[in-house]
This record gives sequence, structure tokens and C-alpha cells, in this order.
Amino acid sequence: MSPSTPVLEAIDETLAVKRPAFEVIYDWVTTVDHKKIGIMYIVYALIFMLVGGLEAILMRIQLAVPNNHFVSPQVFNQLFTMHGTTMVFFFGMPILFGFGNYLVPLMIGARDMAFPRLNAFSFWVSAFAGLLLYFSYIGGSGLYAAGSAPDVGWFAYAPLTAKVFSPGHSTDYWTLAVLLSGIGSIGTALNIVTTIVCMRCKGMKMTRMPLLPWIYLVMSSMVFIAVSPLTAAQIMLLLDRYIGSHFFDTQAGGSAVLWMHYFWIFGHPEVYILVLPAFAFMNEIIPVFSRKAIFGYPAMVAATVAIGFISLGVWAHHMFAVGLGPVGNTLFVFSTMVISVPTGIKIFNWLATIWGGKIIFALPMMFSIGFLFQFLIAGLTGIMLSAAPFDWQLTGSYFVVAHFHYVLVGAILFATFAAFYYWYPKATGRMLNTTLGKWHFWLFLIGFHLTFDFMHIPGLLGMPRRIYTYEASRGWGTWNLIVGIGAIFQAVAVCIFAYNLIRSYFRGEPAGHDPWDAWTLEWATPSPPPTYNFAHDPTVNSRRPLWDLKHPEDPDSDYE
Amino acid sequence: MLVLSVTAVIFLIVAGLLLYALLRYRIRPNDSGREPPQIYGSNQIELAWTVIPILIVVMLFLTTTRVILGTEHIPKPSGALDVTVIGHQFWWEYRYPKYGVVTANELHVPISDPANPTPTYLEMSSADTDHSFWVPRLAGKMDVIPNRINTMWIDPEQPGLYLGQCAQYCGVQHAKMLLRVYAESPADFAKWIEQQKKPANQDFTGNPAAAEGQTVFMHNACINCHTVRGTVATGRFGPDLTHLASRDTIASGAVPNTPENLRKWIDNPNSMKPGALMPPMHLNQHDLDLITAYLITLH
Amino acid sequence: MMTTTSTIPISTDSETSWQLPYRGTVGMVCLIIAEAAIFAIFFVSYIFYLGKSLTGPTPREVLEVPILGTICLLSSSITVHWAVSALRKNNLRSCTLGLASTVLLGAIFLATTAQEWYHLIHDDGLTIRTNLFGTTYYSLVGLHATHVIVGLIMLSIALGVSLTGHIKESHSEKLEVLSLYWHFVDAIWVGVFLVVYVIGR
Repeated sequence: MSPSTPVLEAIDETLAVKRPAFEVIYDWVTTVDHKKIGIMYIVYALIFMLVGGLEAILMRIQLAVPNNHFVSPQVFNQLFTMHGTTMVFFFGMPILFGFGNYLVPLMIGARDMAFPRLNAFSFWVSAFAGLLLYFSYIGGSGLYAAGSAPDVGWFAYAPLTAKVFSPGHSTDYWTLAVLLSGIGSIGTALNIVTTIVCMRCKGMKMTRMPLLPWIYLVMSSMVFIAVSPLTAAQIMLLLDRYIGSHFFDTQAGGSAVLWMHYFWIFGHPEVYILVLPAFAFMNEIIPVFSRKAIFGYPAMVAATVAIGFISLGVWAHHMFAVGLGPVGNTLFVFSTMVISVPTGIKIFNWLATIWGGKIIFALPMMFSIGFLFQFLIAGLTGIMLSAAPFDWQLTGSYFVVAHFHYVLVGAILFATFAAFYYWYPKATGRMLNTTLGKWHFWLFLIGFHLTFDFMHIPGLLGMPRRIYTYEASRGWGTWNLIVGIGAIFQAVAVCIFAYNLIRSYFRGEPAGHDPWDAWTLEWATPSPPPTYNFAHDPTVNSRRPLWDLKHPEDPDSDYE
Repeated sequence: MLVLSVTAVIFLIVAGLLLYALLRYRIRPNDSGREPPQIYGSNQIELAWTVIPILIVVMLFLTTTRVILGTEHIPKPSGALDVTVIGHQFWWEYRYPKYGVVTANELHVPISDPANPTPTYLEMSSADTDHSFWVPRLAGKMDVIPNRINTMWIDPEQPGLYLGQCAQYCGVQHAKMLLRVYAESPADFAKWIEQQKKPANQDFTGNPAAAEGQTVFMHNACINCHTVRGTVATGRFGPDLTHLASRDTIASGAVPNTPENLRKWIDNPNSMKPGALMPPMHLNQHDLDLITAYLITLH
Repeated sequence: MMTTTSTIPISTDSETSWQLPYRGTVGMVCLIIAEAAIFAIFFVSYIFYLGKSLTGPTPREVLEVPILGTICLLSSSITVHWAVSALRKNNLRSCTLGLASTVLLGAIFLATTAQEWYHLIHDDGLTIRTNLFGTTYYSLVGLHATHVIVGLIMLSIALGVSLTGHIKESHSEKLEVLSLYWHFVDAIWVGVFLVVYVIGR
């Protein structure tokens, strides 16, 4: 049994003094504190989410009716390239690394990350990369597709990216921005792994660590093995474009398929890198709002590790239509189907956590429930696509676009919204407004389903992706219109959310240190936590140290 | 169908359980505030929901493999027709090696009789970037990649026009690189092939505009990119025009093949397909009329 | 004003030791894994394109086994290991000697590479843009050489610190981390040697 020490809320006197703006800005720009860096990542990512979302809205308007002339083909091609690149590299990765940065040290009872200066460096490199990508809109010039924003698609297949097919510098902006973002990601991942391995508080064996750090550990390890191939391929692309090498030069005997392999060796693990933190948020939120411990902790860890490993071996399911041959295709069908097993186990574990509990429908839980249904559906359409013959029809069509947005928006974004409502009180000391939150939830839910449920249909009817227009006779018009209307709902919902974030910072209800009656170490600090995190180094005896304190008659340590 | 039913059943069961749990275990207004029993796991249940999915996966995998092998690993019937497909930035080139025919943008194939199959085998490669051949009602898609030959087969049994389009982003006008496959009875197909084998029409009796148009054509840059068999036009960069007038559409399906559209296209392709690689020809109105008159005689 | 209490679980038991690995080592291992993955892709390109060049000189025609460079580089792993062990035993002079030998051997390796490239470019006409072999050879060996340069810079800084007498036994963990990087660079060279100069010819 571990004694506890009552600690008065650390009232930060310095907050009462109004500091000059320059001093505040200097503090944030030069900070190495993981909490501030985490918040900067998150704010940065939210800005890019709005920009990427705007790009999506413009595309949906163009596609809402057949033969539309809202934007030119050149602009449309730039829009889908920038939308994909922005959302994956400058919204997805930063926001998830932001939450990781903020939460991992707090949850393991540490005072900061292992390498605070590397942490700051990684953030600023990633931030610069995003600005570099967007500089392409104004920095480029000249003939269409010769300068200005990249228009090669977010996976930039060779040889479209060769100098001869993409003159000017637009492709280079893409390459360099993503390269730098990758370096930032590797730096942060290195930090997270080292922090978790080397800085856990006393008593926190790996088997007593909450699931969120576990998942971030696996996800960061995947970053080393997944992001590096993309870095290598981009170096090769730059060499091709500027020094005249022939890595992807089909005229010299090079292979376009090699780029595809390298890209998807990165690209598939990348989407698991994006989804694992969503699982992490769910692992923390669902138990608290079901008032029960997570069901099957060891299985959850094993499933996560299994997903990490298997995801490194499924990449060519993005290439079923490339002509790899029956043996190649069959192998990747197998690995892709196998990965559904640990993923399914996770869903069952969440179901079992809820079962027999007392479910509180607070906003974090509402978004989590959305996640559960939507991730289930997304996984099932994924199983459909894993059957190569099915995929031969549907790859490169709007069915795939619907499937992956179901995962990215329906699962990951919903989980991220849940994480916002859950941890915003910890980071700011204020609760987010519930009424605004409910508007956000319901509008977004309706918009999401209008857009992405119906988006499957044009794909089934033969509509390929990345086309700027289509003929009326194909029968895709009505569906695209519905998809577009859903997008408007989502846009409104996100604006309400953004307003809620800002308004609640100044006028939200005070949160206290543990508004949700939760059980992990971050709730043992004041809200917001002081710079040093914990007034005393904590010691833990179980997976839910605060549960043990609140229920000394029935601590978890008796069962583990 | 099997895959769809399996996934539908899984969805109904899991979503159903989830919905039930959310309703049954929601917190009631008169809640005592006591925490519910904490259950940390159950070996039997966890084993069950590991083993059952594995069995489902094995079953799906085996059925899928059977279809893959049945598509990609079957012998080629002797009656099969060979067509070479070459993808270009923003149009399709078709060659029938056995007949010495080269055409563009509209693929004609004979329908196949199950008793005596005559599928069409497509050997595909690209002259520039990646493309993908996708006619949904005929087959799944297959990518068309430079420096690589991919093979697929189609086996239509019903005559008709089958539509599709390029399914791998290839540049500015990817959206208008359309596919039109005409599946015809063996007799109709034979007639079509006979016509395509002939060299270009040279008979301009009663049509002096066309005759003059041919001269204008042959003295212009057109011949650098286009082939008209039997004349000095032997360019390979653009579509073969030998039987242009036998096609229903121009610009790879983008617009119907009418004299007005043809004239407008030659004048400025960017007006109909901005980003197409054919440059505006900067011809005067008179020459445009003549060339159009010539081209519409190329049946 | 907030006066809610938050409680932090602590332990009064100060006897049980709680030892976690050294941060520097874990960080360096992570970096090595990431770098290994980058190299792996360059290796894959090299192997994939073997025999596929459309023109130009082939490996067999122009490559000579770099015996001297390899011996120097692999020996430098031994010397850096001596330096680390010496520092652990507080033998500062041996440490300095070890570091100096490592830097010297590494520099000789670079010189042999430079000489080989000069010969390939000027006498055999092989550049990165000549053919697929040129592309994959120069990029792989060049990437490795870049890592050697970075390593030599770090080792020279360490050498500088030790020559000016500022190195201490407490730095031995840090020096070991650096030596880990150097061992990695050598291991990659073993790979390059086998794939490019032995199997690939």
C-alpha cells in the first residue's frame, strides 16, 4: 500500500502578473517544456486542419455537379495533392505527436521528455516544413504545373514526378516539405521511445504502464522503420530530378513500381501510426466513462505489438492492380486479412469494457461511441478491399476514398475530438462548453455520415479518384451532391469546435485537477500542471494508481 | 458476395452488441455512485474471440485465393484476340498485331461464346506516366506502367458499349482520358477490322475541299505527331488518324466526333481539354475548314 | 483561488532500487534503427538494379575490392572500443590515443574512397548519371561516406576535448554512445563490401 501525500494546488503566482507580449512569445518560441511543445504541435495542427478542410470543401463544390467549372483542372489537381499531404503530414502527425508529447511524461510520472532540446528542434523542423509546403502557392510561378503548388497527388507516383513530366519546382516543394516533416517525426519518435524506456517513475514496470504510453511506444518504433524508407525514396527522387540519376527513370531502365513499393512500405505503416494513438485515446477514455478497468490489458498490449509488426508486411495491398502476379497478390491478401484479427480483438475488448459498466454519456464518451461504430465499419470495408479481386474493381475508386476517410475521419478524428474534450481541462484548467460540444458532435456526425456513407456508392458505380469532373451520363451526380452537402455540415461543426476551444479558454468552468474522476497519473497534478509536473516523484503499485488511492479497500494491485 | 455477407453478419452482431450494451448499461438518474464490479479479463472469452476470427480469416483467404488463381493463373484459350494497349498522356493507343491495325481511343472486340471462348488479351504498357485501364462492367482494373508490360483479359458475352476511364492519376487531364470498349458480334467485328486494315481514304471525288484539305494537312506540323496510313504523315506522338471518322468521339471520349467539335479541337485543344498535350495549331479559318473537311472523310 | 487538493502517490520505501537504461544509449539505438532502414532501401535499390543497366560500365569491369579502406575502417572500431574501455578505467592517455587512431583510420578510409571515385569518374567514365549501376553505386557508397564524415566530426570533437584535458571518466557513457554510432557505420560498410564488391560483381 502506498501512502499518499496531499498537495495543495500549486497556485502559479507568476500567472497573475501580466507579462509583456514579447516575453510570452519569447518563452514559447524558446521553450523545451514538453507541455508547451505539445500545445504548439496541437495548435499548429488545428490550423492546418482548417486549411486542409477548406481544400476539401473546394473540391466538393467542384464535384457537386457534373461538368462543373468552379476550379480549373490544374487547381483541382493541386487541391487534392495539398489536401492529402496537409492532412497526413501537417495535421495528423503533429496533432498525435502533440498529444503524445503532452501526455506521455505526465502519465509515466516523469518531469519532461528524455531530450527536451531535440523535442523543440523536432517541432520547429516540422513547423518549417508545413510553411515550406504552403510557400509553394506563392513561391512558384510560370506555366501551369511548372512551379506553384504540387499537383502530383499525395503519393507522388513516379514517373509523373520526374523533371520531364513535372517541370518547375512544385514537386520539389512537396519532396522537401515531407522530407523535413519526416525528420521531425523521427526525432519525436526517438524522444518518446527513450522517455518511456528510461524515465518511468518508481514502481512503474512496463506491465504497469497505462495503455497510452504503450501504444505510443509501439507507434514510435514503427516510425523508425516506416518513415525512413520514404526519406530514402525522396532523397532518390531529388537526385533524379537534380543530378540526373535514374532511380525512377523508366527511360533508362528504372522502375516506376519501385517508387510504389518504397512509398507504400512507408504509407501503410503510416496509417497505422496515425490510428494507434486513436486507439490509445480510446483505451484511456472508454474505461473512465464506463467506470470499469479496461478489459484484457495484456491482450491489448499484445494486439498492439502484433498490429505494429504485421502492418510492416501488408503494403502491397495498395498495389494489387499493378500486376505483381498471383503469388505476390495472394501473400499480401493473407497478411492484410491477418491484421484484422488483432484489430478485431481490440474492438471486442472495448465492448467488454463497456459491458457491465455504468456508461456516462459525456462528450468524450459520445465521440468514443462514434469511433466504435465507425471504426467497425471502416475495418469491415477494409476486409472487403483486402480480397484482391474485390480490390481490382475498387482500388483507385471512390470506394477506397470512402474507406480511408472512414478510418481517418470516422475513427481517428472522432477519437481526437474525444481526446480534446477529455484532456482540455487538464491542459487549460477549464472545461469545454457542453452545449457547444453537443452541437459540434451532432452536426459533425450527420455531416460525416452524409459525406462518407454515400461516398461508397460512386465508387461502386465506377467513379475513379482524382478526377476534376465527370459526365452527367455516368449517374454519379446526385451522390456527389449529397457528399458535398455533408461536407458543409462538417465545416460548420468544426467551426463551432474551434470557437469552443477559444471561448472556453477564457470563460470555461474551472476544471479542478480531476474533473472526470479518472485513474492515471496526469490527474494527480493541478490543472494546468506546473512546469515541473509533480511536486514529488510519484511511486505506483498498479496500473491505475489513483484508483488505488480512491479505493484503498479494493486496489488494482490485488488483482495484477 | 461471400465477403459482403460475412462482413455484414459481423457488423450486425458487433454493432448490435454494442448498441445493446450502451442502452442496458447506461448510468441511471438514481445511480448509487458505487463503482461497478471491475473485470480485468477472461481467458476463455478472449481465446474464443481470437480463434473465431482466425477461422473466418482462413476461410476468406482460401476463397479469395481461388478467385485470384482463377483470374490470373489460367491458360490462354487458342481463340483469344491479342491487343496491345499503350497508355499516353491523355489518350489510348490500340494495336492489333495479328491484323496490322493501329487505332486510338475506341477499342473494338468480339463477344465471346462460353462454349468456344474468344476473350481479348490486353498487353499493356505506357509511353509516359502511370495509367490504369478500368472498364468496370468488363473487368477489374490493371495499371499501365512505363517500362513494364501488364497483361489482363476481358471476356464480354453481351454486345454493347462499355464505358470506363483511366484510373491512375497521370497528369492534368487524367479525368478526360476515357475508355470506350465496343463489344460486337464476330461478324460486326470482322467488318470493322477489315475497314481498319485499309489505308487512309484517298477518294475525294466531288469534294474539292477535302482534297485541298489533305494537301494542307500534309504540309503542316500535323504529320509530325499523327499517322495517316498511306501518306507521308507518320508521326507517333499523337493518335493514329487513318480512320478518324469511324470513331464516335474525339479527345479520348471527351467530346462527340462532329465537324464542329473537330474544328474547335484543332483550333485550340485547350478549349475543350485544358492541358491536353496537343498544341493549338494557329491555323487560319480557311485552313481549318479545309482540314476538317479532309478529316471527316477518313472513315 | 483554487484550493482543491490533488494527491500524488509516493513511497517512503527508499531501499528498492529503480534502475532504468541510460537515455543516450536508447536514443542512439533508435537512431541506428532509423538509419539502418534508410540504408536498407538504398541496398534494395542496388540489388534490384543489378544487371539492369541499359548501357555503360558494369561492376565487374570497373570495381576493385577496397582492401586497404576496409581494413582501416574495421580496425577503427577496435580502436574506438579501446578508447571507451580506457576512459572507463580513467586511463585518459590511452583514451586520447584510441580516439586519435580512430580518427586517423577513418580519414584514411575516406581518402581511399575519394581516390576510388576519382579513378571511376576520370578513367572509367562512371558517374551517377551514367547508368543504373552508377546511380545506385554512388548513392549507396556516398550515403555511407556522409555518415563516416559525420562520425569523424563527432570523434574529432571528442578527441579535442580529451587533448585539452577536459575529458573525465564520467563521460564514458557518452563516449560509448558515440562509439555505438561508429560501430553502426562500420557494420554498414561490411554490408556495402559484401553486396557491392563481392556478391555484386
